[in-house]
Amino acid sequence: MLSRDQVLHVARLARLELTDEEVERFGGELSKVLDHIELIGELGDLSDVPPTSHVIDVENALRADEPRPSLPRETALQSAPDTGDDGFRVPSPGATA
Amino acid sequence: MIGLTAAQAAAAIKSGDLDAAEYFDFYRRRAADDALNAYTWVAEQTPELDPDSAFAGVPIAIKDLFCTEGVPSQAGSKILEGYRPPYTATSVRRLKEAGGTLLGKTNQDEFAMGSSTENSAYGPTLNPWDTTRVPGGSSGGSAASVAAATAPWSIGTDTGGSIRQPAALTGIVGLKPTYGAISRYGMIAFASSLDQAGTFTRDVTDAALLLSAMVGPDPCDSTSIGLPEPIKPPTARDLKGIRLGVPEELSGEGIEPGVLEAFHETLELARRLGATVETTHLPHSPHGLAAYYLIAPAECSSNLARYDGVRFGFRAKDAKGGLLGMYTATREQGFGPEVKRRIMLGTYALSSGYYDAYYGRAQKVRTLIAQDFATAWEKFDFIVTPTAPSVAFELGAKTADPLAMYVNDVCTVPMSLAGIPGISIPNGLSEGLPVGFQLAGPAFSENCLLDAAFALEQAIGFDGSGAYA
Repeated sequence: MLSRDQVLHVARLARLELTDEEVERFGGELSKVLDHIELIGELGDLSDVPPTSHVIDVENALRADEPRPSLPRETALQSAPDTGDDGFRVPSPGATA
Repeated sequence: MIGLTAAQAAAAIKSGDLDAAEYFDFYRRRAADDALNAYTWVAEQTPELDPDSAFAGVPIAIKDLFCTEGVPSQAGSKILEGYRPPYTATSVRRLKEAGGTLLGKTNQDEFAMGSSTENSAYGPTLNPWDTTRVPGGSSGGSAASVAAATAPWSIGTDTGGSIRQPAALTGIVGLKPTYGAISRYGMIAFASSLDQAGTFTRDVTDAALLLSAMVGPDPCDSTSIGLPEPIKPPTARDLKGIRLGVPEELSGEGIEPGVLEAFHETLELARRLGATVETTHLPHSPHGLAAYYLIAPAECSSNLARYDGVRFGFRAKDAKGGLLGMYTATREQGFGPEVKRRIMLGTYALSSGYYDAYYGRAQKVRTLIAQDFATAWEKFDFIVTPTAPSVAFELGAKTADPLAMYVNDVCTVPMSLAGIPGISIPNGLSEGLPVGFQLAGPAFSENCLLDAAFALEQAIGFDGSGAYA
């Protein structure tokens, strides 16, 4: 069972601000899923098995290094929730309120 | 018009028997009047149509998570509410170049996380066979649109079964090609080492045609490699010399009796068509689900870090705590429960002290599962299983228990982990609801796979008109 502190720690790492109700619920649900996942422990020692991160072999996928136009600034900015001075506007990183 | 497959409609337009604009408008109206919540956006007017192109202007419904320039692309999430991308996904662009037209964007589980399309911020999609039931997921809108004939065909994505399972639950054909066959550029990412675009169609011939236009390497996706040969229209009439392997681990325990009954009837048909059918083993497949539910959430926790309320989509209003406070409040309000659950699971699996035991180990299990298939190909041409363990279940039946929902993917996840192609074809009804039959083949075997599926489809003679007639 994941403790309340563990859930809060993971939420902090994931930049999620959970409600008290969510902390409670996710603790239980994640523990149940992790219990199932622990089944891969049954497979014993896997130290000789190489890990797979990419399943189809691809070697050095290279393309010609040709310059091409990038998105115009106004296009890149048009989906942003807040903009100003030709950039994305965000709250001050130092602000606490 | 409604009785035509997409390939038949394209042929009729080219021969002058059908008007491309009339055909588009017929489906545009059906999509606009859709009562299943299969669409999140429908075209408001008839676009430019080229009757002489390969697809002759035949409309296509596109899963919401494909970026379509200027058209809402929200991946079923509130955090992308109102997002209209400045570019179009390569796969969609290729379909347009083939003469396909954009009919609408289809509903889905948020960021493709789910097996029922109940995890959409835009409400659940209903199953046209029984509107009290789910259409499967995550590409439930794409599946329901084709099954209900509000679209002639559609595309979706499959990470652990998100094309094959909803195709099975709605009585249509769903194809997930080999990983890398189709560019992922412009597909809003869930788990990048698993995500693969594919097709929803009424029949196997349409699947081959739709796929043929989507495949190919793309300089914008370094993992895209295309296919070694062009996709051909399937023509096989029998299965002479074809060896089918039935993995015991994925065709017995945990599968509903009605689904198993249809499965065995189809195996009998396959024998009559000349195939040999033999029981075999994929010994590590029972651990596929566990490995998948570590790898996919781990990749998602990284991919979804980009949703921070800065560059696009939703931002929480009046958040306290400066920049960090804005990030956390935006993510708290913008993501739904299942997405948060998977981000939490993935973050935990990747966190210091747990990485080796969880993520590292899951990657090794992935190797073992891929090796199981490699061994199977020494004896068999295809592995066959039921596509999903049950028929479509009732709305809300599994939302309270994440693990019960995850088990829907038990027969489709191993192929995803191995990167191999799989196709689900409808092979009958159980209690009045469609059942799917899955064929999976070695990487790049799409033409053979489509041929075998075609031969079986002809023999099964499934009639899907019950969902729209």
